[in-house]
Amino acid sequence: MIDASPSTPFLIAARARKTVSLGRFVKQMLPFFVFGLALLAWELTVRINNIPHYILPAPTLVLKTLWDNLGSLMVSWLYTMKITFGALLLAVVGGVALAMLFALNKWVELCLFPFAIVLQVTPIVAIAPLILIFIDSTTAALLLCAWIVAFFPILSNTAVGLRSADHNLRDLFTLYRASPWQTLRFLLVPSAMPYFIAGLKIAGGLSLIGAVVAEFTAGAAGKETGLASRILEASFRTEIPKMFAALVLVSLTGIMIYLVFMGVSKLVLGKWHESEIKSSR
Amino acid sequence: MSTLLELRGVGKRYDNGTLALERVDLAIGMHEFVSLLGPSGCGKSTALRMIAGLSPVTAGSIDWADKTGDHTKDISFVFQEPTLMPWTQVFENVWLPLRLKGVSRLDAKPQIDAVLDKVGLAQFTHVYPRELSGGMKMRVSIARAMVTEPRLLLMDEPFAALDEMTRFKLNNDTLALWQAQQFTTIFVTHSVYESVYLSNRIIVMAARPGRIIADIAVDEPYPRTDSYRNTSRYAELCVKVSQALQKAGDHHD
Repeated sequence: MIDASPSTPFLIAARARKTVSLGRFVKQMLPFFVFGLALLAWELTVRINNIPHYILPAPTLVLKTLWDNLGSLMVSWLYTMKITFGALLLAVVGGVALAMLFALNKWVELCLFPFAIVLQVTPIVAIAPLILIFIDSTTAALLLCAWIVAFFPILSNTAVGLRSADHNLRDLFTLYRASPWQTLRFLLVPSAMPYFIAGLKIAGGLSLIGAVVAEFTAGAAGKETGLASRILEASFRTEIPKMFAALVLVSLTGIMIYLVFMGVSKLVLGKWHESEIKSSR
Repeated sequence: MSTLLELRGVGKRYDNGTLALERVDLAIGMHEFVSLLGPSGCGKSTALRMIAGLSPVTAGSIDWADKTGDHTKDISFVFQEPTLMPWTQVFENVWLPLRLKGVSRLDAKPQIDAVLDKVGLAQFTHVYPRELSGGMKMRVSIARAMVTEPRLLLMDEPFAALDEMTRFKLNNDTLALWQAQQFTTIFVTHSVYESVYLSNRIIVMAARPGRIIADIAVDEPYPRTDSYRNTSRYAELCVKVSQALQKAGDHHD
């Protein structure tokens, strides 16, 4: 029998809304749940098999070590952050500026793009020792190493983005006698934004990797050291839980950088670009 | 009728040697609604782009009757696609031509509001293009072209991608704007019916190389409404233009 009471559609709608929000909650929580399960499996494996902490420490021991050494690890974390974001900032400034030059003048691109490719294809571990010889300041050398890794995605993506403006819109700007600056500001930069942000997401992670790898290569020690040095130092002393603790901080930093740029992407592109618009179909 | 501009022996040869247009002689009168009709590749769009100054002429010349000043500022263009900036709202899209001329948002607002009202989009000022239908996007494109009050409006198959009903509606709206503002229109189309409905003159072109093979006057009065499509005169003109188009195809083969 069909229920013809007026409240039925509202009940169905309310039930549907509840199902949707429950579905969203499950979707958001699922990664955390699986991650928790993996940690639990790790903990149980270590405890059941009595694996010594100098081979594989349990997650609870890693957490305890992290808490006990938080002060000194945070100093190193701040240094790694300084190198990472310093390099990323330089990569953004340099990459965008050079991409704009490429967009404005084909000859500049022809002359300079091979250098950018050389930087991209040469492994940073191969260049880092040379850079450390040429540059006295360790911080400057690490910055340069991280910059080399982060620079190319910004340059390459922004250059493609600046060239991807709709050709009819370009014609429209020509028809209305737009100046090069107006074309850049009102057409090329907004057109390039999705490409630039995609490059930024890649470069964010790469600048952290560059900072860590460069520091490993430098083998820096002393007051001005980052998380990679702490990992190396702990490895020399076979303080495996401390190695893991520093590694956890590196991973959390990577996740944080990823989330920050996801947020930036949503903020900048959320209202108009397909990549950030939730489909209602 | 006084002449607005004249194409004298205009030709276009691309760098790869392809001859797109050959000796086109065409005088466009003030306040005319001229349709360029022809098969694909006959150079309709090329002619339009050359008039707009977007593509250089390789033979002949395009001369404006009024020889003073830069005439490109009097031209507006509507492309086959709406060609809107997806990152800005309707208001900013319509503001663009004025903004490029240095007109501030505040000073441009009355003009933008008026033109959006004319195309029936007064309620959609702060909407992003992705939120609009194909027909509405094309209206924004027309509003953007009209906001500068051009003397010459160039339209390159603007309604080709739209459904029949939307196309009819936009045909009527375009005619209403043209009659109200009395600008000159050069309208590129593939459709015989659309050209007969809109224009007071149809230029039929043949391909390879692109050239004019017929110049047909449509001497029916304006305003034209949907009932005009049911008249015998409309049917006669469609037959006449179709025959000319057929001849263009024969020239092509």
